[in-house]
Amino acid sequence: MKFKSKSAFVPYILWIALFVIAPIGLILYYSMLDLNGEFTLVNYRNFFSSAYLTMTLTSFWYALIITFFTLIISYPTAYLLTKTKHKHLWLMLIIIPSWINLLLKTYAFIGIFGLYGPVNAIVEMFGFDPTQILFTDFSFVFVAVYIFIPFMIIPIFNALDKMNPSLIYAARDLGASPLTTFRRVIFPLTIEGVKSGIQVTFIPALSLFMITRLIAGNKVITLGTAIEQQFLVAQNWGMGSTIAVFLILIMFAIMRFTRTKKKGGRA
Amino acid sequence: MANDIIIRFDNVTKFYDSQTKVLQDVSFELERGKFYTLLGPSGCGKTTILRIIAGFEKPTTGNVYINGKYVNDVPANDRQVNTVFQDYALFPHLNVFGNVAFGLRIKKVKESEIKFRVAEALKFVNLPGYENREITEMSGGQRQRVAIARAIINDPEVILLDEPLSALDLKLRTEMQYELRELQQRLGKTFIFVTHDQEEALAMSDEIFVLNEGIIQQSGTPVDIYDEPINRFVADFIGESNIVEGVMLEDYKVKFAGKVFDCVDGGMKNNEKIDVVIRPEDLQITSPEAGKIGVTVDTQLFRGVHYELSTYDKDGNEWLVHSLKKAEVGAQVGLDFDPEAIHIMRLNETEEEFDARIEAYTNEV
Repeated sequence: MKFKSKSAFVPYILWIALFVIAPIGLILYYSMLDLNGEFTLVNYRNFFSSAYLTMTLTSFWYALIITFFTLIISYPTAYLLTKTKHKHLWLMLIIIPSWINLLLKTYAFIGIFGLYGPVNAIVEMFGFDPTQILFTDFSFVFVAVYIFIPFMIIPIFNALDKMNPSLIYAARDLGASPLTTFRRVIFPLTIEGVKSGIQVTFIPALSLFMITRLIAGNKVITLGTAIEQQFLVAQNWGMGSTIAVFLILIMFAIMRFTRTKKKGGRA
Repeated sequence: MANDIIIRFDNVTKFYDSQTKVLQDVSFELERGKFYTLLGPSGCGKTTILRIIAGFEKPTTGNVYINGKYVNDVPANDRQVNTVFQDYALFPHLNVFGNVAFGLRIKKVKESEIKFRVAEALKFVNLPGYENREITEMSGGQRQRVAIARAIINDPEVILLDEPLSALDLKLRTEMQYELRELQQRLGKTFIFVTHDQEEALAMSDEIFVLNEGIIQQSGTPVDIYDEPINRFVADFIGESNIVEGVMLEDYKVKFAGKVFDCVDGGMKNNEKIDVVIRPEDLQITSPEAGKIGVTVDTQLFRGVHYELSTYDKDGNEWLVHSLKKAEVGAQVGLDFDPEAIHIMRLNETEEEFDARIEAYTNEV
């Protein structure tokens, strides 16, 4: 039995070794090479120069804004969904667009937001001059939020759906107004869903690069964009790897920060 | 006397849609400080009544008064009523202290007073010192007590209990019946208890409301309801009964099972069709000659305190007998009973008509 279960682990170990450990090893290796392939730590020193630190901070800032708006929109939506009669159908309708390729949806927004697009047509109808919406911070955040909403809704919806409805009655019964009920019972009981939602939004938002190019016209530089540029434009694989190392570190930090605590046991 | 009425329902109905009538014209008054039970099979509307009192649902028509105040539009959080839920509905993210203190914290009571009152409430439900336990560490019976402590700590006028004992095992359930009854008497609060378990209702209540299909069938003390059920449904639902069809020949003379018997009921039309109820424990086994009805013993079960016999008369009516004496299966025996054991139920008699008739003929005697 023991042997059998060990052999079952082989594909798993192979997978982890080839697609997780090896790439991380490679990234670490490259991050310690300069442009001429010599071993050095200069990339790490460069990362802590003001240019890269500012970029990291901007990247963080955008990811934060995107996550914030995604949460603000997704939580009430998920809540309303759990109250509808055919909640799983409505949830499905929200999830389905997320199956469509990200790039396609991004291109669609170029059309929608463009100078001759429907949004500007409406602006003109009200007698204003058409303005360029593309290549602004607004359009970048808008499209990113649009893309992340389904991923935020699903875990929050599941958490709300799992909650025992009589807990809400109990809170009301004990004198809590609807707002207090939300603050003291509903939100604390769905915090795990919110945390997973933040995980699947914030981490990918840090490394967004396609949307930054297509929608924000490279005005917004995130960690993802920076890595892409170092590899493909500057051909500085060492620097690109160094940024990737920090991106990985940040991911681990966020995973730790939003880690689910086990309820119940007296730890 | 008027301010002794804590809850009043005036012609309350509840429809979820035009087809499903959950409550049909329900009216009653509940007095302060008594233990009331709403008893009925599932789907009879008893929980709906509770939810209307708690403020979770609004009546479709009719008025609800708590403490003389019209409360149809008062939300649940503004009512002086607390509920012990069927599944306890304890907050899983809070420990015992957090759960019991919930209501006080919302009222922004001082933390030192909260501490004191939570300790008091836990002592009241026999859980002293359990403040720091997590809910998941508690057994079913303990959770039950936490739920009760959480409900009583706000010092409500009325405590609603929605089948709170149904999830407990038999022994614990019996124990909790005693505890709840005692708790109610110590607190002096009005308890409204919902159950489908007739034994629970008989054991604990000052007054029972028997419900079926959204209508109150009968209300009264446990003894009244047991001894004088108003119709087949109540007789059948409360305890075990033998119900046979009969004819009221004249006052105090009733004919059933092919014979005429003396009885103690009256006030009906001569030769009126009625139902006769005799409780199994009121029937005694005797010799075929001495018995008022001759029956054949079909089956016999030993129930510990008595034998439960299923017997049939020659017309095929089943007579359930609780007997201290053993009988032979297949034997011919006689059944003996007192005139007082015969209880007559008129067909389709309402509770008011029933009360009026009982009043009228008992005054005559």
